[in-house]
Amino acid sequence: MKEIKILAIVLFFTAVTYWGVEPYAHSQMHPHVAPADFSFKDMEPLHVNGNVENGKALVEANCIACHSIKSLGQEAPMSFEDAANAYGVVPPDLSHAGVIYDKNYLAGFLKDPVGATKLLHKFGDTKPYAMPSYTFLSEQEIADIVAYLGNIVSTKASNKVVFEEACGRCHSIKYDGFKAQTPTASLKGYLGAEAPDVSMMIRSKKAEYLNTFINEPLKMVEGIAMPRVGLTEASQEQVVAYMENVGDRKKAERESLGLKLIGFMAIFTLIAYLWKVKIWKEVE
Amino acid sequence: MAEIRKSEGFIDWLDQRLAVKAFMRVMMTEYWIPKNINFLWAMGVVLVILFGVLLVTGLLLLMYYKPDINLAFDSVNYTIMQEVEYGWLWRHMHGVAASATFLIIYIHLFTGIYYGSYKKGREMIWITGMVLFIAFSAEAFSGYMLPWGQMSYWAAQVITNLFSGIPVIGDDVVIWIRGDYVVADATLTRFFMLHVVLLPLVIIVVIAVHFYSLRFPHVNNQDSVEFDFDAESKKFLDGDKKESKVVPFWPVFLSKDFFVVGFFMTIFFALVCYHFDFAMDPINFEPANSMKTPAHIYPEWYFLWNYEVLRGFFFDIGGMAAMDIGLIAFVIANIVFMILPFLDRNPMNTAPAHKRPIFKYWFWLLVCDMIVLTVYGKLPPTGMNAWVGFVAAVIFLGLFIALPFITKHEAKGDEQ
Repeated sequence: MKEIKILAIVLFFTAVTYWGVEPYAHSQMHPHVAPADFSFKDMEPLHVNGNVENGKALVEANCIACHSIKSLGQEAPMSFEDAANAYGVVPPDLSHAGVIYDKNYLAGFLKDPVGATKLLHKFGDTKPYAMPSYTFLSEQEIADIVAYLGNIVSTKASNKVVFEEACGRCHSIKYDGFKAQTPTASLKGYLGAEAPDVSMMIRSKKAEYLNTFINEPLKMVEGIAMPRVGLTEASQEQVVAYMENVGDRKKAERESLGLKLIGFMAIFTLIAYLWKVKIWKEVE
Repeated sequence: MAEIRKSEGFIDWLDQRLAVKAFMRVMMTEYWIPKNINFLWAMGVVLVILFGVLLVTGLLLLMYYKPDINLAFDSVNYTIMQEVEYGWLWRHMHGVAASATFLIIYIHLFTGIYYGSYKKGREMIWITGMVLFIAFSAEAFSGYMLPWGQMSYWAAQVITNLFSGIPVIGDDVVIWIRGDYVVADATLTRFFMLHVVLLPLVIIVVIAVHFYSLRFPHVNNQDSVEFDFDAESKKFLDGDKKESKVVPFWPVFLSKDFFVVGFFMTIFFALVCYHFDFAMDPINFEPANSMKTPAHIYPEWYFLWNYEVLRGFFFDIGGMAAMDIGLIAFVIANIVFMILPFLDRNPMNTAPAHKRPIFKYWFWLLVCDMIVLTVYGKLPPTGMNAWVGFVAAVIFLGLFIALPFITKHEAKGDEQ
């Protein structure tokens, strides 16, 4: 009985120390921020239904001069290197753009790219953003483009494809052999900072942080060069899942082996206990 | 040479050449341990097991780790964690065992203080134990740097910089330790050597001395009572096992240790497989970047109390720079436990803390103060936090200054 009391005291002080060093310190150093908001309330919602056919014509007239749509076999007019030299950053492929990005965000982005990405602190008149604003288009035309982009591919993009289209222009993930499309030097000139390799981000930042961060980077880090990506909740989950798969590849093995190791030690403990009782019976 | 006759078997063959039976008697079956001890006395054996885990997993990691600033991070996070079969297991076991070792060391240390195991003839056990603590600290610090993560790098930068506080030669000492003007490849390579060769050797030797120092004064017990080990062990050997106050190390004492070790290792593997990150700072999964300082720099949890004593003195006092006062306090904090046997001036009272009238308050105040220091050692040192740290650091030093006086006073009470 006395030993149980001692164990309780030891566990109590250990727990208090752990609580102070982990959850409490974390709460003090990383004040709580509102969770990811996928409703994109600051974006004015589209009031009209888009026309896919008209959207196709608009995209062909306005977008493919810079963007590729690989799912339709349309390659980009320039190589990654040339595009990076010309624009500072490689323009994204549009195959899944209409699906992985929120519709209202996409419409808002077409009207005001810098505002939608929340990069006003990085880009302006003196340093123009690569993507021009399409405010001269009507509400209907914007809706048409969004409708067409959402109609290009019928199959769901894999986790890796979502990552490549949404993040791969700037971020490498070398533990999966993926190199950022934009060369590092161009990106540094364009954003004013290098985009880090994100192979280990799932461990250095954890899924919960990434979820809010990808949704709204500026909320987490002041003055950061990372744009608000505008992914839908489902697509963002795919990005995080892909990062977890790369950064924590042995998770399944770890969790299944864990049960065996714990089971083995539990049985060992039980046998040791019975042996101890037997041995001590002779001396007590 | 002893007379060698035809052996009756393998053990006998060995016995004639190595006296294995006598060795086993001295080390195991007739090495006497008091009967009235609780599971806290098993912490030593838990530490031996943990050290074994660290040694074996460390050797496995050593096969794939690259001590080069361009390769180190990926060799750990990619090669070991993803490519090597069960590399993640060795790495997590190594990381969790490092943290768990310090938790057990602290329990072991506070057990020693609580039951007065540092007193009256056991000073060498205590001092060799504290030397082990310092050796383990150096081992942990040098190992923490090896993955070349962001926090490893900055912690190394900050800790090595502390030596600049040494008068006159400080700045040169820092460069000498780093092997460069900043923490760089030369630093990583020498810390690698320290971590895998020199410090483990030192630890193994000091562990041997620590064990040896237990032989004459014997292990203390729960009531801190002295008894005649020769008479008690004779009783045991004569068959009076229930009457005797002692038990042999093997099998009686170890049967209990096996149970405690089993219990501990069950929790250990739960941590390794499901909660390994409790022992790993997430910032360390970012590669070291000398151009980008992390928002908060702090050491691993087991050094936080020490770190807080260092930075607790955040304002100049009487013309003395805050940094210098902090450094002096830091040095004192690192050696003050070592001289504990000489600070406790109550020669007669070897009772456990709960039977000592003043010492018990001193003990629990120390435990609480060190937890406060640990918690505030991680928090940003601003506003109220800085003052809490300052007060806790002053209390910490004050406790050790007060100890000789209160124990002397306690001794007077005992005489009456």
